Amino acid sequence: MSLFFIVALPFFGALLPGLMNSAGRAATAGVTFTVTLAAFVGLLTNLPSVIAGEVVMARVDWMPLLGLNFTLMLDALGFFFALLILGIGLLIIAYARHYLSRDDNMGQFFTYLLLFQGAMVGIVLSDNILLLLVFWELTSLSSFLLIGYWKHLPEGRQGARMALTVTGMGGLAMIGGMLMLGQVAGSYDLSVILQNRDLIQADPLYVPVLILILFGCFTKSAQFPFHFWLPHAMAAPTPVSAYLHSATMVKAGIFLMARMWPALSGTPEWFMIVTTASLVTMVLGAVIALFKHDIKALLAFSTVSHLGLITMLLGTGTAFGVMAAMFHILNHATFKAALFMSAGIIDHEAHTRDIRLLGGLRKLMPLTFFIATLAALSMAGIPLLNGFLSKEMMLEEANHTVLFNMPWLVPVLATVGSLFSAAYCFRLIGHVFLGPVRDDYPAKPHDPNAGLWLPPAILVVLVVVIGTAPFLAEPFVKMVTASVLGDTASVPKAHFKIWHGLVPALFMSIAAVVGGLLMLSIFKPALRLWDATPRPEAKPIFEAIVESAVSLARAVILPLHNGAFSRYAAIGSITIVAAGYHAWSTGAISAPTYEMQPAGIVPFAGWLMLVAATFGMVMMHRNRLLSLILIGIVGLMVSLGFVYFSAPDLAMTQFTVEVVTIILLLLALNFLPNKTPIESSVLRRVRDTGVAIIGGIAAFGLSYHYMLRDAVSAPISEFHLANSYKGGGGTNVVNVILVDFRGFDTYGEIIVLSIAALLIFALTETLLGGPVRARLVNRKPDQLRAGNTHPMMMVVLTRGIMPVVLMVGFYIFLRGHNEPGGGFIAGLIVSIAVVMQYMASGFGWASARLRYPYHGVIGAGVLIAGLTGIGSWFVGKPFLTSDFTYVRIPPFEKFELATAALFDLGVFLAVVGAVMLSLESFSRIARQAGPDNSEHAMDIDPSRDDPARALDASAKEAV
Amino acid sequence: MELLVASAIGVLTAGGIYLTLRLRTFPVILGISLLTYAVNVFLFTSGRLTIGAPPILQDGIDAYADPLPQALVLTAIVISFGMTAVVVMIGLGAFLGSDDDHVDDLPGERSQTDESASEGTS
Amino acid sequence: MTHWIVAPIILPALVAPFIVLAARYHIGIQRVLSVAGVVALIAVAASLAWQAADSTTTLYQMGDWAAPFGIVLVADRLSTMMVLLTSVLALFVLLYAIGSGWDDRGRHFHALFQFQLMGIMGAFLTGDLFNLFVFFEVLLIASYGLMIHAGGNARLKAGVQYVLFNLIGSTLFLFALGSLYAETGTLNMADLAQRVALIGPEETVGIRVAAVLLLLVFAIKAALVPLHFWLPSSYSEAPAPVAALFAIMTKVGAYAIIRVYTMVFPPELESTAGLFDVWLLPAALVSLALGIMGVLAAKKLDRLVAFSVIGSMGMVMISISLFTPEGIAAALYYIVHSTLAGAALFLISDLVRTGRANLDLTPQPVIAGNALTAGLYFAAAIAMAGLPPFSGFLGKLLVLDAAYDSALMIWIWAIVLSSGLISILGFARAGSILFWKAHSVETDEDRGLGVRPAALSYAAVGGLITLLAAHTIFAGQVHGYTTKMAAQLFSPEPYISQVLETPGKLSKPQEGDH
Repeated sequence: MSLFFIVALPFFGALLPGLMNSAGRAATAGVTFTVTLAAFVGLLTNLPSVIAGEVVMARVDWMPLLGLNFTLMLDALGFFFALLILGIGLLIIAYARHYLSRDDNMGQFFTYLLLFQGAMVGIVLSDNILLLLVFWELTSLSSFLLIGYWKHLPEGRQGARMALTVTGMGGLAMIGGMLMLGQVAGSYDLSVILQNRDLIQADPLYVPVLILILFGCFTKSAQFPFHFWLPHAMAAPTPVSAYLHSATMVKAGIFLMARMWPALSGTPEWFMIVTTASLVTMVLGAVIALFKHDIKALLAFSTVSHLGLITMLLGTGTAFGVMAAMFHILNHATFKAALFMSAGIIDHEAHTRDIRLLGGLRKLMPLTFFIATLAALSMAGIPLLNGFLSKEMMLEEANHTVLFNMPWLVPVLATVGSLFSAAYCFRLIGHVFLGPVRDDYPAKPHDPNAGLWLPPAILVVLVVVIGTAPFLAEPFVKMVTASVLGDTASVPKAHFKIWHGLVPALFMSIAAVVGGLLMLSIFKPALRLWDATPRPEAKPIFEAIVESAVSLARAVILPLHNGAFSRYAAIGSITIVAAGYHAWSTGAISAPTYEMQPAGIVPFAGWLMLVAATFGMVMMHRNRLLSLILIGIVGLMVSLGFVYFSAPDLAMTQFTVEVVTIILLLLALNFLPNKTPIESSVLRRVRDTGVAIIGGIAAFGLSYHYMLRDAVSAPISEFHLANSYKGGGGTNVVNVILVDFRGFDTYGEIIVLSIAALLIFALTETLLGGPVRARLVNRKPDQLRAGNTHPMMMVVLTRGIMPVVLMVGFYIFLRGHNEPGGGFIAGLIVSIAVVMQYMASGFGWASARLRYPYHGVIGAGVLIAGLTGIGSWFVGKPFLTSDFTYVRIPPFEKFELATAALFDLGVFLAVVGAVMLSLESFSRIARQAGPDNSEHAMDIDPSRDDPARALDASAKEAV
Repeated sequence: MELLVASAIGVLTAGGIYLTLRLRTFPVILGISLLTYAVNVFLFTSGRLTIGAPPILQDGIDAYADPLPQALVLTAIVISFGMTAVVVMIGLGAFLGSDDDHVDDLPGERSQTDESASEGTS
Repeated sequence: MTHWIVAPIILPALVAPFIVLAARYHIGIQRVLSVAGVVALIAVAASLAWQAADSTTTLYQMGDWAAPFGIVLVADRLSTMMVLLTSVLALFVLLYAIGSGWDDRGRHFHALFQFQLMGIMGAFLTGDLFNLFVFFEVLLIASYGLMIHAGGNARLKAGVQYVLFNLIGSTLFLFALGSLYAETGTLNMADLAQRVALIGPEETVGIRVAAVLLLLVFAIKAALVPLHFWLPSSYSEAPAPVAALFAIMTKVGAYAIIRVYTMVFPPELESTAGLFDVWLLPAALVSLALGIMGVLAAKKLDRLVAFSVIGSMGMVMISISLFTPEGIAAALYYIVHSTLAGAALFLISDLVRTGRANLDLTPQPVIAGNALTAGLYFAAAIAMAGLPPFSGFLGKLLVLDAAYDSALMIWIWAIVLSSGLISILGFARAGSILFWKAHSVETDEDRGLGVRPAALSYAAVGGLITLLAAHTIFAGQVHGYTTKMAAQLFSPEPYISQVLETPGKLSKPQEGDH
C-alpha cells in the first residue's frame, strides 16, 4: 500500500468515530480498530521491500519554493516504529473500548486517538524534516486533547497545558534547528541530509543546530531537565498513558535522535550533552519512581528512567550502543504497555491506584498478577525475559563508556540506575500483589473480562518469547540498526544470547538485582528519609512560572493600554515628529530657489488676528462658547487668506462650511457642559505645551522649506490649465478639476458626506431608541431660555430671504463651471437657507412643511453622480468621461450643456441631503429635550386670537 | 509673505496639538479642527503662493495660481467637515449615554460599563 | 475597453444608495441586496484576478484622462488578490452578521457595509495617492459607522477614541501629500516613481520627510507599535462581524506600504536611504512581541483576539520590512492567512458571547453549542498561534526562511519563535478556561444553557476555517503566486510605462512622460 494511505488513513478515519458516536460504543471502537488495522496491514505489505533493504519513497510537491514537500520514506527504522505505533495502537483500542465508562464520550476519544496515531506515523515516515516538524507539532496538539480528555479534572487540564507548553517549546526550538540544518545541508530532505555528515559537522552552525534539535528531542522524550511534564500527563485515561508513554509520544524524541544519528552524532558535543542528560535522567527517574505511591506515577517515572537509558545508548555514538538502544525500545514498548494496562485494570477493578491501599491482589486477580509480574520482572532485568537482554547490552556498553575521563563513572551510574529500577519493579510486585489480602479496598477487586486482560497478555507473550529465544528478534533488530547507522558504521557482529559468560555486565546486573531486593527490604526507612528530604515540586514551579509570565505581561500591557487617549495622542505626535526629524536631519539641504514675496500691512493684520484668535482659543478653551466664536474667527481669517492668495472657490467653501460647522457645534454645545473644568496637572500641561510647540515648529519648518523651492519638475496642473477649456469646457479650472479631471475624488467625497449623514442618522435612531431618550426627556436645561424663542422679526426676515438665497444657490450652481462656485458650495448655501428656517420658525413648523425625505435626496444625489459616470460607458468611454456641447436658443446667448453639470447636480443633491439630514438628526435630539414642539412658527403671533395663552406657554418654557 | 503663512501654519498646528491633548471631547474636537485648518493651508501652499491670479481662464492672461492644490484642499475641507460632524455626533452620543465627556476611557469606569454594553448589544 | 476594473468600486457604491433610497425600512430586502452585491463582487474580483494572473497590468483612466493628469485605476496581481480576498471575507462576515442578527440592531448596517467595501476596494485599486486618501476616508468613515453600530456606552466611548485617532492619521496623510506634491508636482504613483528618481543628492530633505510621513500614515493603519493604540479597544468593542471585517483594514496599510515602498521609494533609492529601512524592522519586532504579550495578558476574549491581530500585523511587517522579494512573498502569504484567522477568531468570540454574560476569562457555566464552538476556537487558535496543520505554521516558516540572510536574523528568529510559544500559552489558557473549566461550574437553572447561535453563524465561521484549510493545502500554489507577485513588484517598469504611456483624452503621446 502506498505510504500516503498509511499516513492518511488515521487522519481521515478520525472523522468516523466522531460522527458514529450515536451508533454505539462497539461500533465506534470497531471502526477505529478497522481503520488502524487497515493502516497496519498496509504497512506490512511493504515488509518484503524493507527486508530487501530498499527504501520505499512517496513524494508530492507541497511548497517546492520553500523546500517543504510531502515526501515520505519507509526504511527499516521507520517500519520498526510504525509497527510499534500501529500494533500497540490496535491493542490499546481494544483495551480502551472496555476501559472507558458509559458517560465518557467515546467518539471524541477515538477521534483524538486516531489523530495522534496519524501524527506519530507521519513523524516516523517523513523524509522531509519540515514535514516532520508539521507532524511533530501535531502530536503535541493531539496529545493535548488526549491528556485533557477528562475536562472536569483540573489535573487533566493542567497536565495537558503543561505537556503542550513544554513539548511545544521544544517544537519551536526544533523549527529553528531544522531550518538551519536545511540551510547548512542545502536541502530539507533527510535522504540528502544524512549523506552530508562531514559538511554539517564542519559548519559553524553545527552546535546551535545540535542544541536546538536536541532541545526538541529532550522535551518530547522527557529527558532531564524537561522530565517533569510526563508524570502530570498521567491524568489522562490509562489507555492514553499506555499508548503515549510506552510506544509513541515519548519515543518520538528518541526516534528523531536515531534518525539524525548519522548526521549529528559522534562529535564530543553530541556525546557530552546526550550522555550527561540521559544518565541524570536514568538515575533520577529510577529513584523518584521507587518512592511514588500511585502505580501510574511509578510507571511514569520508570518510563522517564528507561528513556534516559535508551538516550544514553544513542549518546555513546557506537554501533553497539545503537543496536542495544533499538532492542531496548522494542522490549520497553512491550513490557511497559503491558504494565500500564495492568495498572489500568487494577484502577478499574479496585478503584484506586494507590499502592498503600493495595496488596494481596495475587489471590483476588491471579491473571492480572501473572501478567503484571512477568512484565515487571522483565523491566527489572530478570533472565529469560526480554528486559534482561537489552539491559545486559546496556551495561556492557556502559562499561566501555568514559565520561569526563572518569572510567568508573558511567558503569557505576548505570548500575545504580538499574538497581533502583529493579527495586521499584519488586516493590510493584511485592506491595500490590503479594502480602495478605485486605478487606478495605475501595471496591472488591477481581479479574476483568478478556477485553481488558487479553491485550496485555499478548504483549507479555512477546516478552517471554523474545526473552527465551532472542535469536528470533536478532535479525529484525539488526536490520533496524543497519538502517539507523546508514553508511557511517557497520552493524556489530555480536549475537543476542542469554548467556555471554562471566562478563562484567553480568556481575553488574546481579549487583543491580540483589541491590534492588535489599533496597526494598529497607524501603520503609528509605521512604522516611525520602519524605524528609526537600525536593522541588515541578507543578507548582511550572504554574508559578506561567503565572508570573502572565502577571509580567499584564504589568506591561494593561497600564499601557488603559484607554488614556491623550497619552496615545501624545505618543503618536512625538513619534511622528521624531521620525520626521530623523529624516530631516539625515538629508541634504540646498539654497531656496524662490525669493520671498514682500508682505503688506493687510496680510500682516490678518495674520495677527489669526494668531491672536488661536492663542485665545488655547488660553480660554475652558469657556466653550467663547472658543467656538474664536474658532469662527480663525476660519474666517483662513478663508480671507484663500481670497488673498487667489483661491476664490476655496474661500467660499471654507466660509460656508464654517457656518454649518458652527451651527453643528452650537447644537451639540446645547447639551454638553459649556465649561471645561481644570483637570490636568501643571506638569501635564507643560508636557503638552512642549509637544505642541515642537509639532508647530516642525510644521512651520516643513511648509517654509517647500514654499521657497520648486518641484523637481513641472507640476501636472499645467496640463489642467492648458486643457481645462478644451477638454473640460470650463474656464474655472478648479471646478473642472473637481468635476472632470479628478471627478472621481469628488465622487468619493460626496460619498463620504452621505455616509456621515447616514451614520449620524443611524446613531440618533439608536440613541433615541435606547435609555438615552429617557435621560433627554427629563433633562433640565442648564440655563434659562429666552421667553420668545422664535422672534417674529427673524421669522419674517428668513421667510423673505429664503427664495433669494435659493436663487443665489441656483446661480452659484450654474456658474460653477466657469466662475467660482459649483454644486458643492451651492448645496451648502441652500442648506444654510433651510437651516435658517429651522432656527427661526422652529423644528416642528419647518419639518411639517418639508416635502422631501433627506434620505431620498442623498440616495438620489449619489445615484445621479454614479449613473452620470456610468453613462459614459454607453459611448465606450471610461467612467465619468465628460462631454459637453454649446446650444444656442435665440434670442438667448449660447450656453453650455456638460455631463459634468449633471454630475455636479448629483453633488449638489448629496450635499443638501447630507447636511440637512445631519442637522435634522441633531435637532431631533434637541427636540426630545427642548420644549420646542410648537406647530406654530411664532410664539407671539398677532394673528392668533389668544396671546395670553401663548405668553404663559412661553413662560412655562422659561422654567 | 511665505514666512507669515508658514508661521501661521506652525501656530495653528501647535494650538491644534495642544487642544488635542486635552481631556474632554469638546476641546479635542476643536483641536482637531485647528489641525485641519493647518493642514489645509499647508496643502494649499504646496502650490506655492500666488497673489491676484485666480485659476479662472481669461484671454490674454497665462499666469495662474496652481489650481490642483486648490481642488485638493476643497475636497479635504469637505471631507473634514463630514468627519467633524461625525465625531461631534459620536462624542455627543457618548456624553448623553454616560453623562461624562472625558475622551479618556479609563478602566475605572470601564468595568461597570462593560456589562451594560454587552447586555445592550447582545 | 473593459469596465470591469471599476466594478468593484461602483457596484457597492450603487447598491448602498439604492438600499438607502428604496429599502431603508425592510431589513429583508436589504439583506438580499447586500448578499447579492457581495456575491457579484466575488465574481468580478475572481475574473479580475484571473485576468491579472498572467502578469498583465490593466489600466483604467477615469474620465478618459491620461495619467498623471487624471486618476487611474490599476489592476495587477497584488491589487486583484487583495480585492478578491476582501470580497470573499466580506461574504462570510455578511452571512454571520445576518445569521447573528447583528445587522438588525441598528440602522443602515448594510448601506454602511457596502460603502465600507467600496472604500477598501478603491484603496486597493487606485493608482493615485490623493485618490488613495479619498478612499481611506471613505473606508474610515464607513468603519466609524459600523464600529458604533448598535450603540452602547463602552462602544461609543471607544468609538470616539477610534475616530479621533484616525482623524489625526488623516491630517498626517494630508501633510504627507502636501509635501509630496510640493516636492514632485504630481500625485500619480507611477509618475512619482519617475520623478522621485530624478531627485539629486544635493536636495534630499524634502523627499525624505515626505517619504517618512507617508510611511507613518500607513503604519497607523497597519497598527505598528507605537501607533497601534487605536486598535485594541475599538476592535474589541466593535460588533463582532464589524471587527471581523476590520481584519482586512489593517492589511490596507500593509498593502499601501508594499505598493509605495517597492515602486516609489524602492529600497535601493539613494535619496531615501537610511530611513525606514533602519527603524521599520525593529518596530515590527516590537509590535509582534507586544501583541503576543497582550494575548497572554488579556482578561477578556475579545481583547485577546485584538492583541493577536496586532501580533500578526507585526509578523506581516517584519516580513515586509526585509524589503526582499522573498520577504514580500512571505508577507503576502501571511496577510491572507492572518486576515482569515483574525476574522474567524472575532466571529468565534461572538459565538462564545451569545451563551455567556460577558467575555471575561473567568469560569462560567457551559455555553450552548460548547463542543462545536470549542472545536472552532481550537482550530482558529492554532491557526493564529502558528501551529500546524494550518497556514500560520507555513507562513511562519516562510518568514523565518526569508529572514535567514537579514542582519537581524537572530532577533527575528528568537522573537518569532518565542512569540509562537507565548501565544500557544495564551490561547491554551483562554480556551481551557472558557471551554474546559466550564464543565466544573454547574449551570444555574434560571439561565439554562443560554441561546444557541444560529446555524448560519456557524456556517460562516466554518467557511472561514475551510478557507484557512484550503490556504494550507494549496500553500504551494499560493506561495508560488505571491512569489510571482513579489517579482512583479520589484520590477515595476512595465507597470510604470503602462500607466504613463497610455494616451488619454487630449494627451499627445509625448505629454505622457517628462
